[in-house]
Amino acid sequence: MTASTKKWLWLVLALAFLVPLLRPVLPDLVSDYRLFLVSTMMIAGIAVLGLNLLTGFNGQISLGHGAFYAVGAYTAAVLMDHLDMPYWLTLPCAAIVCFIVGYLFGLPALKLEGHYLALATFALALAVPQILKYKWLEGLTGGVQGIVLNKPEVPFGLPLTEDQWLYYYILIVMVLLYWAAANMLNSRSGRAMMAIRDYTIAAGTMGIDTSLYKTVTFGISAAYTGIAGALSASAIAFVAPDSFNIFLSIKFLIGLVVGGIGSLVGSVVGGIFYVLVDNSAQALSTFAKNDLGLQFDLSAYTVFGILLIVLMYLMPMGIVGGVYYLVQGLRSSMRSPEAKAQAARKQHATR
Amino acid sequence: MEQFLQQVASGLANGAIYACVALALVMIYVSTDHINFAQGEMAMFSTYISWQLMSWGISFWIAFILAVVLSFILGVVIERVILRPLHNAPVLSIVVVFIGLLAIFNSVAGAIWSYLIKEYPSPFPKSSFGIAGVIGPHQLGVVLVTLIVLGLLFAFFRYTPLGLAMRAAAQNPQMARLVGVRVDWMLALGWGLAAAVGAVAGIMVAHIVYLDPNMMAGILLYAFAGALVGGIGNPGGAVLGGFIVGVLENMVAFAGNQIEKTTGIYIIGNGEKLTVALIIVIFVLTVRPAGIFGRVVVKRV
Amino acid sequence: MKTNRRTFVGGISAAAMLSGSRSAFAQKKYDNGATDKEVKIGHTNPYSGPASSYGVIGKCIEAYWKSVNDRGGVNGRKINFITLDDSYSPPKTVEVVRQLVEQDKVLCTFNTLGTPTNTAIHKYMNQKKVPQLFVATGASKWGNPKEFPWTMGYQPDYHTEAVIYAKHILANVKDAKIGVLMQNDDYGKDYWEGFKEGMGKEAGRIVKHVTYEVTDPTVDSQVIQLKDTGANVFFNIAIPKFAAQAMRKAAEIGWRPAQYLNNVSGQVTTTMKPAGFENVQGVITAAWLKDPTDHQWDNDEELKIWRTWMAKYMPNGNLGDVNYVYAYSVSFLMEQTLKKCGDDLTHENLMRQAANHQKLRVPGLLPGITVSTSPTDFYPVQAVQLQRFKGESWELFGEIMHAESS
Repeated sequence: MTASTKKWLWLVLALAFLVPLLRPVLPDLVSDYRLFLVSTMMIAGIAVLGLNLLTGFNGQISLGHGAFYAVGAYTAAVLMDHLDMPYWLTLPCAAIVCFIVGYLFGLPALKLEGHYLALATFALALAVPQILKYKWLEGLTGGVQGIVLNKPEVPFGLPLTEDQWLYYYILIVMVLLYWAAANMLNSRSGRAMMAIRDYTIAAGTMGIDTSLYKTVTFGISAAYTGIAGALSASAIAFVAPDSFNIFLSIKFLIGLVVGGIGSLVGSVVGGIFYVLVDNSAQALSTFAKNDLGLQFDLSAYTVFGILLIVLMYLMPMGIVGGVYYLVQGLRSSMRSPEAKAQAARKQHATR
Repeated sequence: MEQFLQQVASGLANGAIYACVALALVMIYVSTDHINFAQGEMAMFSTYISWQLMSWGISFWIAFILAVVLSFILGVVIERVILRPLHNAPVLSIVVVFIGLLAIFNSVAGAIWSYLIKEYPSPFPKSSFGIAGVIGPHQLGVVLVTLIVLGLLFAFFRYTPLGLAMRAAAQNPQMARLVGVRVDWMLALGWGLAAAVGAVAGIMVAHIVYLDPNMMAGILLYAFAGALVGGIGNPGGAVLGGFIVGVLENMVAFAGNQIEKTTGIYIIGNGEKLTVALIIVIFVLTVRPAGIFGRVVVKRV
Repeated sequence: MKTNRRTFVGGISAAAMLSGSRSAFAQKKYDNGATDKEVKIGHTNPYSGPASSYGVIGKCIEAYWKSVNDRGGVNGRKINFITLDDSYSPPKTVEVVRQLVEQDKVLCTFNTLGTPTNTAIHKYMNQKKVPQLFVATGASKWGNPKEFPWTMGYQPDYHTEAVIYAKHILANVKDAKIGVLMQNDDYGKDYWEGFKEGMGKEAGRIVKHVTYEVTDPTVDSQVIQLKDTGANVFFNIAIPKFAAQAMRKAAEIGWRPAQYLNNVSGQVTTTMKPAGFENVQGVITAAWLKDPTDHQWDNDEELKIWRTWMAKYMPNGNLGDVNYVYAYSVSFLMEQTLKKCGDDLTHENLMRQAANHQKLRVPGLLPGITVSTSPTDFYPVQAVQLQRFKGESWELFGEIMHAESS
């Protein structure tokens, strides 16, 4: 990470902490609803971050991260509902449970590659909602009816609304997780992970225990996504099998690709996009109907599809990748031809 | 015993559906190396086209042929217009494009033809013969059509120069280009063929599951599993894989049923049959990573 | 039995009416979402995803308000109807409903669709004290004014309907051995629980209970299992696609039980015809809406008006889709409720008026079925009539059954 991106990150972070405090000045702009919306974006961001650790940095494809999200959410919900556990304590529990599930799933996954791994994870995403409804688990999971929860209360008598508190809570968790991921990737282990992605066999000959790294990465990735699930259980205050259908996993994948595979910042961007694209598709659909006077109904789902394709056209490397090249291009066009060539070579190398 | 036979027969009938869609998946995979998640929705769309033609008074088989031809053209157009510019994009970006296509086909079909289910005629005679009560005439017909399509594809790839060119383009594009194969067009042709096979699948399936925009959602996964079990690069394997998944799934439910009957304890049932079937599939794949009939590709390091 | 929800006490409701009508002529009072010019109403519906066949309900309600606005609105106020897609995903519903309540500041939400989706916002709406009116789900939990005074259902609940079938089976089928096919979600579960309750001591007559998932391609395997048990009654708790498949498969494998079909799939064109008329003779279901594809209503006055309305406001709508009748009827009820509010458009008064309908005739409901509510009765439509399939249409029989008579 370059110094300039770091500077930007700090700026965004400072803004994220300060903006909610502007409520007395701009009550409409920083309403509870907006904060809640940003909270859901951050939750999605964490989930995509988990997926990115696995797919972007370790090269294992998963179409089933919704399953870990569900396991995390249900772990939190069951603990809160049956054991009256405080909501913040459910996060480490969800992380541990999901790590174990992810690690165990990673063992057979070692044998599978590419499309086969895609199928296995896809199957996992399909199986989890059905397992939640399994007859002998019904007492715990609430079966098809799910579990209704309470929203987290504001602690220590802080002068915040529930949504403000939730926002800060999620923001802090996200920053911690992001920081941990960045550190991990920057360490020996992180480089080993990426070496496996780039050339498994070579990594093996260099003495990296590829199996161990792959399974542990699976576990960590699942834990991240599981924490996101646990957070969502608190934020939505309701879990049900219907919340975790196969499309959830696909949306994480979309968030990953659109944000930027193998980019931490991209994960957060992807999380934001994940929430925004739905809303903007709907807005665009109404806009097309009411303001452009379209004769036929262009449904939001159609707009969603078109948006995805157009986005992939414009930025096949994701938003972060696209912006990166754009900035590079702008810079090099302002530089001398010699530096331009150098930049091009560098760009080639980073690809 | 009667139940066992009926379960196997119904598994085979479902398997035929999966096999048909799996064939379409394999077609795209063989020619472009991608798994097309929009395949099911494209097949659904083709089926609606044939339905529309029939509702205009065209007879079944003519509508069938027209729909297959139109689907072929649609497939070629999608490849040329939408996927060609993304030639060098990463695999997952292509997957996202497929998801986009899925959303578009699904919602456009819903907008044109509504989400209500429609009945779809069966072209096969409604006779009752020796095995009536075990397997219906339409189901038998589907099995037959699937095998015919498989035979045709096999002959096409094996014995025609075009088929050979397509295989060459997929396996080694550079070399194929050197010997004068127009690789670009071969890819588009692969898409067209896949769309056409998908149309056949959709038309065969629609009588059984009824026609609606979401009719392929569940089936695609089974087809995917079937194709992988059989070996994704192998049409024959994919068909067999489809049948295996269909029967296996019913057998899981049957076994659970029998256990509950004899011991009175519910262990697995219809709610878990898909899960258990998939676990078995994945287990098989960990033992034979290239699928049952797939050839292991030895990579040179 | 806890079906005495309809504690219809004339005195109480008369008093409620008096107080209601008096406040209607008080001075103008508004909560969020209401002004002199307009009333904002929020709505969520699955326009995409697996439940998108219900999308037409949202479209139809939207068209209904347009027609109301063309007539000059309700009490001179235009209706600003905001409908959003939640793709039947509870977390998404929470998000869009919060947008409706906090951002768009609607007066109420109306006919939000789906059981899990409404469950996700149930608590929220009641904490915010914003009416969650006439929800589009048949679950039995929506009529609980004590704990959730801001939520009201609309249609007869699945639970009660299943009790009615159970009673009918016990009274009419000798030595009943019952096989049940159920969609494995809360809609199926609600029917299932009601059915078991209705069987009471005779619950042992249920010899087999099988489930399917909406992602299953077919339910053939399940029907085979049911046949194998030798059941002579088949209770079919499935949405049209699977209900039709099941009835056709039963005939194909030579299983001829007495069949009971849930009301969800009681339409001629989407269930009975695809299943094959020859396969569904004698099937029994309960109805409360007029099925537009049933020829007995071809000359029905209400449906004639509905058809002309459809031609004008939903020209592309499928006249065979009962969802349009549903949406039309529930919108009518909402319009009447708003009318009764007069110029007092507060959350409280809206709830008061919603709980203050006396034998209101709503177009589209079966003859003899009306809407009645009271501060203790949050179940607007609570009556059904049994019907049997004959030839190519349904034949009503027996009396209209209220919950307490079942």
